[in-house]
Amino acid sequence: MISILILLIFTIICLIVSFILNKEKTIRALKIGLKMFLNLLPPFLSILILVSVLLYFTPKEILTKLFGKEEWSFIGAFFAAIIGSISLIPGFIAYPLGKILIQNGVSYSIIAIFITTLMMVGIITLPIEKKFFGLKVAIIRNSFSFVGAIIVGLLIGILWGIIK
Amino acid sequence: MKLLKEYIKKHKFDIIIIFLFAIFGIISFVFNISAGKKIISNFKGFFIEMISFIPLIFILVGLFDVWVPKERIEKHIGKGSGILGMFWVILLAMLQAGPLYGAFPVAYLLWKKGSSIRNIFIYIGAFSTMKIPMLMFEINYLGLKFSLLRTLITLPVFIIIAIIIEKILINKNFEVKNGDYK
Repeated sequence: MISILILLIFTIICLIVSFILNKEKTIRALKIGLKMFLNLLPPFLSILILVSVLLYFTPKEILTKLFGKEEWSFIGAFFAAIIGSISLIPGFIAYPLGKILIQNGVSYSIIAIFITTLMMVGIITLPIEKKFFGLKVAIIRNSFSFVGAIIVGLLIGILWGIIK
Repeated sequence: MKLLKEYIKKHKFDIIIIFLFAIFGIISFVFNISAGKKIISNFKGFFIEMISFIPLIFILVGLFDVWVPKERIEKHIGKGSGILGMFWVILLAMLQAGPLYGAFPVAYLLWKKGSSIRNIFIYIGAFSTMKIPMLMFEINYLGLKFSLLRTLITLPVFIIIAIIIEKILINKNFEVKNGDYK
């Protein structure tokens, strides 16, 4: 909630400053924003619908079992990276889910791998990505990101206990 | 009217899903189906959470678009733009919102405007891991310590990835296309 409040205040300040500097530009900015918003609203709603349905069928117990309850395990890291790479879960679902998994005993480093692969590796979106980068480059980027995510998880696992 | 028609046509697929979901919701409540009601309540939660800050993001993106001229962006993130260029693409990415596939058209735009290969992939990296609205969510749920650690570790990782990809592609006639690759 507090992040929304900060964002709200920040946006209002930006809008006021912009409005004082140039009224026309500000109105144009609002029009651009509104147009983008309207264009994204339908796909956005259908993704929300899809995710609401999927979440109903997402067994948190199974995820907890796959990710494991140890601080670090190769199997847990492996499953976190694979599931994170394949699925397309928006942040506002991935984070609450991550919190639940941590409450169930999954370690922060495994969650870091899960979250980082979710964000950086997109197997489901590969057909879109290859249209922009070409198939070879898209695969190169995803492969490096996959390895990178595991490194991030490992480092968080090492640093988590050291930094209080 | 014509605009509305175009809008519906463009989002035909999504609108069908929304329409079917609305019917599903009504049926679930009329016949008191618990699974349906649970799914609807999932949806309601996500919808409220999202609709309360997404419009703000679009206002900010609109302001950014209007106040920051494209020529200036180009000048700062092209070849030989160095660390400052990296800083600009990361900042640009952080101010955005949305899923990763929304970043590819912007990457194309940056490429067209003369961005270096390295900065294209730094942009993709920052977009996927450091968007401000996403970070706020992360801090909310997983805490500041996790979010800070993850961001600070991920930052050099995706910069190194971008540098390696640039090394691989630099003399290979690589280009970002506007969805034209087969």
